[in-house]
Amino acid sequence: MKKLNEMKLTIESRSVNEGFSRAAVAAFAALLDPTVEELSDIKTAVSEAVTNAIVHGYREGKGPVFLTATLTDKPSVRIRVRDKGVGIADIKQARQPLFSTMAGERAGLGFAVMESFMDSVRVRSKPGMGTTVTLEKTIGGKADAT
Amino acid sequence: MSAKLEYGSGEIRVRFTGEIDHHAASLLRVSIDSAIAQQRPKTLILDFGGVTFMDSSGIGLVMGRYKQMQQIGGVIRVENLSPGAYKVMRLAGLDRLGELRQREVS
Repeated sequence: MKKLNEMKLTIESRSVNEGFSRAAVAAFAALLDPTVEELSDIKTAVSEAVTNAIVHGYREGKGPVFLTATLTDKPSVRIRVRDKGVGIADIKQARQPLFSTMAGERAGLGFAVMESFMDSVRVRSKPGMGTTVTLEKTIGGKADAT
Repeated sequence: MSAKLEYGSGEIRVRFTGEIDHHAASLLRVSIDSAIAQQRPKTLILDFGGVTFMDSSGIGLVMGRYKQMQQIGGVIRVENLSPGAYKVMRLAGLDRLGELRQREVS
């Protein structure tokens, strides 16, 4: 699997940047000519990961969120969302559907949505050391399979 | 993102347009909850007809409004969902909290 193209983007952890970051990644991924549905899946997964970084990583305080999107000749898109926030003590628990440290307005479905819309979701984190979420999706996979 | 509130007899209809994410949801819930507290409707209708994008914040928004309506003995109904949003809301079990209706396909 060869790297074809890559972009990096750093945003401040402001909720208003959620829309910008998912639109920027989707516009870059569009270079691989994905279907409308694939693009919508990517936008939704990126939105979940960036929101987690802002809401949970930085607890709505200030800090940078680093995004890297890589296009490969598979063809696939790999998106890394990294923060330098509080980190996750129990990753397995955090990935459980309906688990949320913020009961009430957050559904606790961020990771469940990322998992259902992307081919793979990897999480690396340590308390106090921030969190890195890596999302990967094959583009045009369904068309090739038929 | 915007929300237009329409008042009927015993009901409030909220027409959403644009993208529902965490940023938008945190703004929207304030205006919806103050309308619920003032009007005390029997039914709250959340109309997703104009929604172009939604992540799990949309589910949180519906769950939170369900709790508000439950407190005053009212119900919620979610209308005009895109097929994708309908699927995600059913997966999250929101069909147990109120009626979910999909967009009419022409």
